[in-house]
Amino acid sequence: MSARLGLSIIMVYLIVAIFAPIIAPYSETEILGAAYEMWSDKHLLGTDSLGRDMLSRLIFGARNTVGIALAAVGIAFIIGGSTGMLAAILGGWYDVIISRVVDVLMAIPSLVFALLILTVLGTSVPVLIFVIAILDCTRVYRITRAAAMNIVVLEYVEAARLRGEGVWWVIRKEILPNITAPLLAEFGLRFCFVFLFIAALSFLGLGIQPPTADWGSMVRDNATLINYGDITPLLPAAAIAILTVAVNFVVDWLLHRSSGLVDTV
Amino acid sequence: MSQEVNSMLNLLRVIGQRIALGLMTLFVVSLIIASIVELLPGDITQAILGQSATPETVAAFRAELGIDRPAHIRYLEWLKGMVTGDMGKSLANKREIADLVGARLSNTLFLGGFAAAIAVPLSLILGLLAALYRNSIFDRGVNLFTLTSISFPEFFVAYILILFLAVKTGWFPGISNVSTDLAFSDKLFRTLLPAMTLTLVVVAHMMRMTRAAIINLLASDYIEMAQLKGIRPFRVILYHALPNAWGPIVNVIALNLAYLVVGVVIVEVVFVYPGLGQLLVDSVSKRDVPVVQACSMIFAGVYILLNLVADIVSVVTNPRLLHPR
Repeated sequence: MSARLGLSIIMVYLIVAIFAPIIAPYSETEILGAAYEMWSDKHLLGTDSLGRDMLSRLIFGARNTVGIALAAVGIAFIIGGSTGMLAAILGGWYDVIISRVVDVLMAIPSLVFALLILTVLGTSVPVLIFVIAILDCTRVYRITRAAAMNIVVLEYVEAARLRGEGVWWVIRKEILPNITAPLLAEFGLRFCFVFLFIAALSFLGLGIQPPTADWGSMVRDNATLINYGDITPLLPAAAIAILTVAVNFVVDWLLHRSSGLVDTV
Repeated sequence: MSQEVNSMLNLLRVIGQRIALGLMTLFVVSLIIASIVELLPGDITQAILGQSATPETVAAFRAELGIDRPAHIRYLEWLKGMVTGDMGKSLANKREIADLVGARLSNTLFLGGFAAAIAVPLSLILGLLAALYRNSIFDRGVNLFTLTSISFPEFFVAYILILFLAVKTGWFPGISNVSTDLAFSDKLFRTLLPAMTLTLVVVAHMMRMTRAAIINLLASDYIEMAQLKGIRPFRVILYHALPNAWGPIVNVIALNLAYLVVGVVIVEVVFVYPGLGQLLVDSVSKRDVPVVQACSMIFAGVYILLNLVADIVSVVTNPRLLHPR
């Protein structure tokens, strides 16, 4: 099934990302040959615009792009998730105020907001992660709150509160275990979105800066090759696309399974 | 009679509430955009000025950005300027921002409108067909296609199109040079590739949501009732299902048009199209803060407006919200 294919692709990417220094034939920043060399035995995928080995940069790019995306989504989930569950439990004014703030933050298109902050604070990696985490924690907040609302009204939660259990205990033991399915699916979707977003920003020259290898900026740097009909610049873009498709397959399967839909023909 | 008047008044009240909410959101967003400048630490000023960063030039730069004036006065001036059309001067080339923005805004709207004109009917038809013949080969094929389409970064789609439709076959230009004195058909020709890129990206989303909305509808009991009564499928779709599907469908359309606003930025950069998106990206690289603020404000405004339309339509087409009892 397509989900199995997706999972295996994701595993491949993770292995490449973690073991990059061992797998890559050359370093990601060393200039080794002439610019734009053709595919040869020495450089399996040729060289890029400055003479660096394409294959090694592709491999290291996995680590950088995937790593930053995971970090940003992870932070977004920690912030958005806990805020969402808190809002669901505490209700009242907390819920209203935080939800309004989130609504306003979501009213600005993400790319524009990111560009705005990047103009002012510069394009370093921590700023990048911070901006994306802020943008995405709003979406995570919404989903977590919606899912948690369904649990909070159940009787065992009320019983726990009456017993005197603290808010964090209830979150950890009662709510969190019951909302893992939608949260997991959302993690996958958010990862895809953040991944594409970082690639887009890097492509615009505003994300991960050179000489760090990153798939988005690799597409941009080697774009002129397209005019000669060479597909090398499409390779990093394809790497992005394949990972996103794989994650989407897995998320699709997850949602389909957890929604309990029966496929009637 | 009073029933009708009541529902009219109700409708107006709900729409008015939504518009007020939209305006307030716009106001808060303008506050955020304006106050971004506050975040500029002193060393960033140094970074922008680079070599010429003496205390005098730094002070002059800050005076030009108006940082030395109190914040609320600066904000009100900026806001007044935004509304009257005087957006100040660009830091990079000292030109009036309003001039820069004017032509580019119409270019971007042209591109967006072109893409929307193709994308909306296409995705509605595809979504409808996929819903009607769900789980058939057609449906699965289209599903697969849209799933992959959503996953591709826009620049990937753009470069593939350029590779196959411009470089290898030479049918279309790879760079879209558009200026105001071009003939309309010429403009259409040069803008076709970027419009196609945008369309591919947006159709995927819209088609999936249309399909989901219609499938949801077709599963309802009253549809089953209509089918059991022996009404022909075409009539069932047209007179029983579609009227209830408009709400979610138009909602999806408005939201995706809002997404177009953002997607247009990348496409403009790839095709070197002289639009607002490209201006925004260029200004960000040059740290041209006033231009970035002006462009962000315009993009945010359009985005909020489209979301507002989606909101109002979903209220208006939902009889339960329209006639509360």
